Amino acid sequence: MAQPATSTLTTSPGGGRQHEDGTPRRDFLYLSAAAFGATGAVLTGWAFVHSMNPSADVLALSSTEVSLAALQPGQSITVTWRGKPVFVRYRTPEEIAKAKADDKADLRDPETDQARAKKEQFLVLLGVCTHLGCVPLGQKPTDPHGEFGGWFCPCHGSHYDTSGRIRKGPAPKNLEVPAYTYLNDTTIRIG
Amino acid sequence: MAKYDYVPSPFMSNPIVKWVDHRLPIFEMVDQQLIKYPAPRNLNYWWNFGSLAGVMLVVMILSGIFLAMNYQPNTLAAFDSVERIMRDVNYGWLLRYMHMNGASMFFVVVYIHIARGMYYGSYKAPREILWWLGLLIFLAMMATAFMGYVLPWGQMSFWGATVITNLFSALPLVGKSIVTWLWGGFSVDNPTLNRFFALHYLLPFVIAGLVMLHLWALHVHGSNNPLGIDAKGPQDKIPFHPYYTVKDAFGLSVFLIVYAYFVFFNPYVLGDADNWIPANPMVTPPHIVPEWYFLPFYAILRAVPDKLGGVLLMFGAIAILFVLPWLDTSRVRSGRFRPAFRVFFWVFIVVTITLGWCGAQLPEGIPLILGQVCTVLYFAHFLVFLPLLGWFERPRPLPASIAEPVLTPAAK
Repeated sequence: MAQPATSTLTTSPGGGRQHEDGTPRRDFLYLSAAAFGATGAVLTGWAFVHSMNPSADVLALSSTEVSLAALQPGQSITVTWRGKPVFVRYRTPEEIAKAKADDKADLRDPETDQARAKKEQFLVLLGVCTHLGCVPLGQKPTDPHGEFGGWFCPCHGSHYDTSGRIRKGPAPKNLEVPAYTYLNDTTIRIG
Repeated sequence: MAKYDYVPSPFMSNPIVKWVDHRLPIFEMVDQQLIKYPAPRNLNYWWNFGSLAGVMLVVMILSGIFLAMNYQPNTLAAFDSVERIMRDVNYGWLLRYMHMNGASMFFVVVYIHIARGMYYGSYKAPREILWWLGLLIFLAMMATAFMGYVLPWGQMSFWGATVITNLFSALPLVGKSIVTWLWGGFSVDNPTLNRFFALHYLLPFVIAGLVMLHLWALHVHGSNNPLGIDAKGPQDKIPFHPYYTVKDAFGLSVFLIVYAYFVFFNPYVLGDADNWIPANPMVTPPHIVPEWYFLPFYAILRAVPDKLGGVLLMFGAIAILFVLPWLDTSRVRSGRFRPAFRVFFWVFIVVTITLGWCGAQLPEGIPLILGQVCTVLYFAHFLVFLPLLGWFERPRPLPASIAEPVLTPAAK
C-alpha cells in the first residue's frame, strides 16, 4: 500500500511531471509557494498593524485611584483616566431623589439610578458626551446644567439629568459609567 | 523604452483593462516592462541583487514609517523613545531590528550589485547614465543611513554626527560657516537632530524617484548579461515573467533567510555597544567607528595626514566611480573574457575589504600603513590599471551571440 511517491507521477504532454489524475505537479508547487508567501506576508503585516495598537506603557496607565474624602455634598471633581475626563459628583439628597423619581420617566436609554451609582451619593461618569465626544458642562455651580439639572453639552445641545442619563438632544446614550471599585469608603479605583 | 515585438498578454483584452488603458496605459506598461519584457536568457544569480535592493528600499520605507509613528526627534526624548519602541510598542523590537539590520542588508546588496556591474562592465556604453543614476542612489543611501544612525541619540550617534559634519570644516574659507549651518547652532544639538529626522524621512522617497529613473534607463537598452555582448535577436531573450520573476523570488527567499538570521538571532552584531549610552556632548567614546558600510571610506579619510586632503580623497573615492566608464578603456564589457582584468578586479575587491578592516582599527601602526597602501591601490585601480589594461590586455574571443554557447553542444 505504501507506493513510492514517484510511481504516481507520469510525464505530461508538455514535458512536465504530472500526477496520475492529470494534475500537473507544478500546480502544487505554485499553490504551496503562494500560500507560504502569503502567510508570511500576512503575519509580518500583522506586526506592523499591531504596532499601532496601544503599547504596554499606554495600557499601564489604564487605571486611576481617586480619593473622595475631601468632597462635600454638591461638589464635583474631574479626574483624568486614559486621557479622558471622569466626573465624580457628591450628590445632594435632592439630586438623588430627583434621579430616583425619574427612573420611571420616558427615558431614551432606560436605566435605574441605582444601577448607575454603587453608592448613591457618589456618581461616577465618563465626562464624554455620547453624541460626538465633547466634554459636557455642569461640573461647576456656575456652569449651565441643562433642563434636567445635570449636565449640558455645549457642542450640540444634549441635556443629561442628575444621574447622567440622556433626556434631550442628539446624544443616543446615557453618559457612560466607567468600571470602578471602592478600595475603601472614600477611595475608588477607576479602570 | 525598448522596442521589441510585443505580443500582449491575454489579460490585456479584458474590457476593464482596455477601458483603463485607453485613459491611463498602466496595464500596458506593466505588461510591456514587467511581464513580456525581454531579458537576456543568460542572466546569472548576480543579477538578483538589483531587485533585492528594490525590496530592501520598500522594507526600509515601511518599517521606517511605522517607527516614525513612535519616535521623538528631540534630544530630551529621542533615546528614551527608541527604548520605548523596543520595550513597550507592540512588535516595536521587530520593526527596529528590521530597520537597523535592514540598513546593513541594503548596503550588502547594493555593494554586490555595484561589484557585479564592475565585473561585467555594466557601466559601459550605452549604460553610462544608468550607472550614474545608480551612483546617485548610492550617495543618497549613504546620506540617509548616516542621518538615520544619528536618530537614536546614543554616543555613537552623537559623535558620528559630530565627526561627519566636521568633514565640511576642512573646506577653505567657508568651512566653518557651512558646519554651523549644517548644525543650526554651534554644536550637534536639538536643531541638528530635528533636521536630520526630517531629511531621513525625505531622502528615501528621493531614492525611490531615482530608482524609477534607474529602471527607465535600464529598460532603454535592457540588462547587460554575463557575456557582456548585445542581444542579436529574439532567440537571445526570454520574457521577464515567469523566468526572472521566479528566479528573483527564489533569490529573495534565500536572502530573507540571511536577513532573518540577523533580525531574530543576532540583531546587535553589526551595531556598536557605545550607542547604548545616551549622547553626552562632554565625553567622546575612546574608539569612534562608523557603521561597517562606511569603513573603507573612513580608512581612506584617515590614510591621509592632512585634513582637507583626507576629506577630498574620501569623497574622491566615490566621485571617481562617475568617470569609470571612460577610465576603463577596454571595448570588451564582461570580465569573463578579460583574463588580466579579472585578476585586477579581485585585487580591487580584496583592497576594498582590507580598507574596511583598517577603518575599524585604531589609526596607528600596521592598520594605518596598510590603509595607506590600500588607498593608493584603490585609486591606482581606476587611474592606472584600468586605463592600461584596455591597451595591454588581449581579451579572449567573444561568442557570436548569447544563444550560441547555450544552443550549440559543448565541443568535447
